[in-house]
Amino acid sequence: MRRPGGSGVPLPLLVPAAIGTLFLVLPLLGLVVRAPWSDLGARLAEPGVGQALRLSLLSATLATTASLVLGVPIAWVLARTRTRGRSVLRALVTVPLVLPPVVGGVALFLVLGRQGIVGRWLFETTGVTIPFTTLAVVIAETFVAMPFLVISVEGALRAADARFEDAAATLGADRWTTFRRVTLPLVAPGIAAGAVLCWARALGEFGATITFAGNFPGTTQTMPLAVYLALQSDPEAAIVLSLVLLVVSLATLLLLRDRWLTRSGAAA
Amino acid sequence: MSRRVRLALSVAAVLALTACGGTSAGDAASSASSAAASSAASSSGEDLTGTLTVFAAASLTDVFTDLGDRLEADHPGLDVQFNFAGSSQLATQLTQGAPADVFASANEAQMEVVTDAGLQAADPTVFTENVLEIAVPKGNPAHVTGLADFADPDLTLAVCAPDVPCGAAAQEVFQAAGIDAQPDTQEEDVKAALTKVQLGEVDAALVYATDVQAASGDVEGIEFPEAEQAVNQYPICTLEAAPNPDAAQAFVDLVDSDEGQQALEDAGFRAPTS
Repeated sequence: MRRPGGSGVPLPLLVPAAIGTLFLVLPLLGLVVRAPWSDLGARLAEPGVGQALRLSLLSATLATTASLVLGVPIAWVLARTRTRGRSVLRALVTVPLVLPPVVGGVALFLVLGRQGIVGRWLFETTGVTIPFTTLAVVIAETFVAMPFLVISVEGALRAADARFEDAAATLGADRWTTFRRVTLPLVAPGIAAGAVLCWARALGEFGATITFAGNFPGTTQTMPLAVYLALQSDPEAAIVLSLVLLVVSLATLLLLRDRWLTRSGAAA
Repeated sequence: MSRRVRLALSVAAVLALTACGGTSAGDAASSASSAAASSAASSSGEDLTGTLTVFAAASLTDVFTDLGDRLEADHPGLDVQFNFAGSSQLATQLTQGAPADVFASANEAQMEVVTDAGLQAADPTVFTENVLEIAVPKGNPAHVTGLADFADPDLTLAVCAPDVPCGAAAQEVFQAAGIDAQPDTQEEDVKAALTKVQLGEVDAALVYATDVQAASGDVEGIEFPEAEQAVNQYPICTLEAAPNPDAAQAFVDLVDSDEGQQALEDAGFRAPTS
């Protein structure tokens, strides 16, 4: 007897899925085809490449960490409380998603810049300025990438079975203990997925970074900035840099994914 | 505060404009056919009509738009279309066959790309010059006085990245002056460097005199003698394949006229020295 669904992919899904995949992958192939393979080694050995890559990985990872620390609690508030301002809060948190990143960078200046609301006070009391530092890169990336984490985690929290939390509460656990011991393990895969999305977005961040952190090799020049500037003078170098960024990010994501898949497989 | 909001909006507007840059070539293509009809009309001694397509460096946007309006006012049948973009982008578009009547480049290197391809109708002539200037926030809070201040590590300084023209020019003047510059950021283009000055986030930036002029309410300019080492000369020429050659010549004549030169000077450009 045939099962109703069968095992194949229905045609109305298969065709758009195939077209969609091509649409996403072909530009990537374009980069691969146009890459200057003959002198790839020499171009990769240029000191600026490793420097920009290290800075990118470091700042994206720090931005993801900051997003986890600040974003998971936001997601919990959005998913588990019934405060009246919740929908307003959700809209506000997602503003960086719709804001052109360059405008986000200018907005960061207006708050954290030397002449900014908070930055001016910081500068006058301690002499510290944030723009044009690696910290500024992390802040810009966090600003742009954190909403991705918040939205994913909120979705995971809503999908999680709240009865486990209720059970914990009836057994006498307070909300903080429940969050740590029940909720977090329950939505860990959702948090991981959100963190990946957040990391990927931070790694590719360009507009807010170049605006707020500027561009200086070794301090604030991440890979996307290096790619953009290389494009002005040496398009082949830009292609090489793009490929490096793509390979490293894909490798990282695949590695992590394998790890989670095996872990969640073991748990099930 | 409201000035900053306006600044943020203008930044967004600039982005939108750059994003639109690519579409102009298509407009130019669609206008080519209508322009072909007009050149026949004008050669028989009639007034200039049809469409005139001018490819011009982005830094000429304000002046050329203004001059285009004046030409249209003098010739009601004429429609002047501009494609403003980076000179290298324009040169690429032209060598790829984009139809245009006039090309005005922000440097001679990109004009050479076009003349090497044999696309010019007449030899290009330099019609204006632009030099670097130090831009400082209004009131010059850090008391910057000259190019030598760019070696001060305590100041927050912006220059353009060496990959873009204003950054290459900056390197030339620093080298000529023997200054070991200590910038905090190498901006992706001259407008980004200027924005940092307008926001008061850097003590000084190296930009073009025309940029200082355009932002004269927010920034102050400091001229410096070493700027003569990296003068940007702007060549212009009519193109061999011009669909509307008479209007093309009229536009170049207008740019070279006293009226055109005055408009350029008002925008911070200066008359060619050679």
